[in-house]
Amino acid sequence: MSQIIVITSGKGGVGKTTTSAAFATGLALQNCKTVVIDFDVGLRNLDIIMGCERRVVYDFVNVVNEEATLNQALIKDKKVDNLHILPASQTRDKEALTKEGVGRVLDQLREKFDYIVCDSPAGIETGALMAMYYADTAIIVTNPEVSSVRDSDRILGILGSKTRRAENNEEPVKEHLLLTRYSPVRVQIGEMLSVEDVKEILAIPLLGVIPESKAVLRASNMGSPVILDEESDAGQAYKDAVTRFLGETDLPHRFLEIKKKGLLRRIFSKSREEQAA
Amino acid sequence: MNLINFLRKRKPSASIAKERLQIIISHERAQRNNPDFLPQLQKEIVDVIAKYIAIDKDQVKVNLDHAGDHAVLELNVMMPEEAL
Repeated sequence: MSQIIVITSGKGGVGKTTTSAAFATGLALQNCKTVVIDFDVGLRNLDIIMGCERRVVYDFVNVVNEEATLNQALIKDKKVDNLHILPASQTRDKEALTKEGVGRVLDQLREKFDYIVCDSPAGIETGALMAMYYADTAIIVTNPEVSSVRDSDRILGILGSKTRRAENNEEPVKEHLLLTRYSPVRVQIGEMLSVEDVKEILAIPLLGVIPESKAVLRASNMGSPVILDEESDAGQAYKDAVTRFLGETDLPHRFLEIKKKGLLRRIFSKSREEQAA
Repeated sequence: MNLINFLRKRKPSASIAKERLQIIISHERAQRNNPDFLPQLQKEIVDVIAKYIAIDKDQVKVNLDHAGDHAVLELNVMMPEEAL
């Protein structure tokens, strides 16, 4: 039985597309047949993060409108097996998506894939509502920052009332918190909400904590999901989150504490960090 | 707590953020559970009362509270002295 996962947040710029790309790639690396869909009609960006922007011919809206078949629109990932991308349209507007149309495409995808990852646009308009409507599971991407946490809570309210599961009184959409752009240093000096603070306020289970990391920009520059950068902290944190998602729920969280550097590394890395800052 | 913050006797901004969030989110959650018809209901109740008694429309509060398996619709009207 396939599962529909929505990556959502309410607020923009918190890391939904980064997470969608990393998470879908992570699932595929674990031998799950995975497709990732961009629901941000008019502002397509998943393709460029996944590095397949030059291979887009048909898009999600074309399939919804039956102007192209699903197989024509699906892009097979070149780096990872078992992974496909369904890009958003760049020319239409959000109203191009309808409940019926999206439902029909998702039903077709259910036949081929184990996991259908829906990359939601920011906001709470049509695109975002469509991305979450059919979801079985939601990953709420949140930054440790007031506006993001507040918007996440708003999204939790909508997940509990405006999804198919809510409307049909079925088992509610399963919710997971993914805290991104976390900086243990700033948490320690009292400048940033801690994991515990955000968990307490939102009161949903924590799937993972992704540290603030230079690897994320580097990955997007290269069009390669950050999870493929196995050396990076963010890549490893995403990998852990996928592992937890697939059942190993007690896998400990890493990168919550300040890294302890050896004396030599501290001396030699100092100048580099100063440059970067 | 961090020593510098302690010396400055300043509350860490993160704890201010947490308190503000807890207040606004609990307020918004309470609103979220209210049915859509509540504002209309409030308006109509006020109109009916205003037909008989001269009241200040701001002096009427309609509240819906959830307690266990039941909800309480609470109506609070401040009557002006001269109305009675």
